[in-house]
Amino acid sequence: MRSWSFFLLALAVGLSFFVLCMVVRNDYLFFAGYVVLQFIVLATAWNILGGYCGYVNFGSAAFFALGAYTAIALHKLGASPDRYLPAALADLARLVLPPPIPVLMLLGGIISGVVGLGMGYLTLRLRGVFFAIATLAMAVVLQTLMINWDFVGGSRGAYVIRPASVSILGFSLGYIEYLFLVMLMLAVAVLTVARLIERSRLGYGFATIRDDELAAEAAGVPTLRLKLVATTISGAFMGMAGAPLPYYLGYVEPGAAFGLQYAVNSIAMPMIGGTTTWAGPLIGAILLGSLQQIATVTISSAVNLLIVGVLLVAFVIIAPAGIVGLVQGWRRRWGAPA
Amino acid sequence: MSIPIDLLANAVVAGLLLGGFYAAVTVGISISFGMLDVVNIAHPAFIILGSYIAYIVNIHLGVDPILVALIALPVFYLLGAAVYQVYYVAFERRGQEALRGLAFFFGLLFITEVALILTFGVDYRYVEAPYIGPTWRLGFVDFPLRMLVPCVVSVLLVIVLQLLLTRTFIGRAIMAVAQDQLALQLMAANPVRIKRIAFAVSIATAGLAGAFLIIIGPVEPSVGREYIGRVFAICVLGGMGSLPGTVIAAMLLGIVESFTATFYGPSWAPAVAFGFLLLTLAVRPAGILGR
Repeated sequence: MRSWSFFLLALAVGLSFFVLCMVVRNDYLFFAGYVVLQFIVLATAWNILGGYCGYVNFGSAAFFALGAYTAIALHKLGASPDRYLPAALADLARLVLPPPIPVLMLLGGIISGVVGLGMGYLTLRLRGVFFAIATLAMAVVLQTLMINWDFVGGSRGAYVIRPASVSILGFSLGYIEYLFLVMLMLAVAVLTVARLIERSRLGYGFATIRDDELAAEAAGVPTLRLKLVATTISGAFMGMAGAPLPYYLGYVEPGAAFGLQYAVNSIAMPMIGGTTTWAGPLIGAILLGSLQQIATVTISSAVNLLIVGVLLVAFVIIAPAGIVGLVQGWRRRWGAPA
Repeated sequence: MSIPIDLLANAVVAGLLLGGFYAAVTVGISISFGMLDVVNIAHPAFIILGSYIAYIVNIHLGVDPILVALIALPVFYLLGAAVYQVYYVAFERRGQEALRGLAFFFGLLFITEVALILTFGVDYRYVEAPYIGPTWRLGFVDFPLRMLVPCVVSVLLVIVLQLLLTRTFIGRAIMAVAQDQLALQLMAANPVRIKRIAFAVSIATAGLAGAFLIIIGPVEPSVGREYIGRVFAICVLGGMGSLPGTVIAAMLLGIVESFTATFYGPSWAPAVAFGFLLLTLAVRPAGILGR
């Protein structure tokens, strides 16, 4: 299937799901669905670097929070431009701030992407583990930074009051439905990009890095450049997923934006679904995401994190290729002529 | 800006004492990551586990936390051996340690933290011991005993480990496994067994470091994450697998953190280790005493 037709198909599936939710008219469906979609984006973005290149990023929460804090910073700036900007700029700021969510996403994505690029440049020349450790440490440092930065609320957190509704093309849409729709578009976009990468020259380059970096280097693959590309794309999508968070939650503090659940889920979902194809993170995110939404309501939010951790460890030990790998194994066994 | 000399001296001493404690926290990573090439990012989780064991026994029986940790050493040793066995069978033997091995340890870190939160809640826990309150004063320099005791014991621990590694057969075999597994096999030593012993020793040190951690200050389950950046920064800065290098790097980081806390405020301290790590990786990845 061509990428365009894949994109249109994904879009059609997504939109029909959206329409279905609209018909059911249950707000909870949108709140829960938003979280699942957000995890689809995070898991797929993680997989671009982790699954395709084999470089583990433990700092998903940091990239995600960078997006969220970009949105908060712009929102604060827009709320009282005179306090922070010279008069000439203040008028301009009043005009454009706070920007609509898609623009916020783009900006959050750019900032996270640039940070990813910088991190990668410093650590990707060394062995892969150093990158993994550095991302882990980066999450702690960025959190420290946000705790100490009063402008975005510091450790007290920041409130963002979201409008009640939004009108697109003449339709009036509740704000949560709007956020859901935006996240849906992002999910469709990230899946299309992931699939495109997988089948392109870039993807084959990534795969050579994952399989044998030394051999790839020897064969003339520009490994450092490819790794930097992967880190930037992956970081950018995580930032984009984070940008609407303040509008979704209404209140953001460093502990919530840098929550461990983002880092863990964005690793666990691709690992459980399967890391080598775009379908893996999607399956993992839908399964784990819905499971967590159900467990949060029926048991408790701490227990559902424990479930994710145990599933992650169980899958990497027992089924290293994830659900996709299991299915492929079964198809091979049953499909083979006896 | 003129800095009062007593403030300066106190910051240096506090940093050295803190550094001694960091050496105990990192020495396990120096063995597992530096020598065995096992990227055990769950190490801080075992440290926190050690803290909670010291806490439980101390609260119920009033036993000294360091003594508890010493008694619990075999337990942690066995735990380490078991973890390494799983790691070896599931990842190292299949050659999948890079991606899935890391995810495995990350999962362990996460499960430990959440399990501790579910059992003990997120309250800060602390222990009681005669040396936690008082402070020795030497002129205008303070030596709080709750820092001094862990520092002295952990320096002792590193010395004992260094002697074990350089003077005994097993110790030399551990050093050898880091250099050339095949040569070690030709010397009729089983590298997997040697690595299992070394990894178990590294987890045993985590149990001890956990007791120090809860002596120095109150502990809650997510404290461990702050130490991940720190221990790897120290390990890399000291030169992978070099115990003397680890002590030097730990003291250095301790002093810099203590200065940051004194002059800029303690909320900035976690960022220091990260700066150290990035700087080391960018400038001299081999570390101070690295080969």
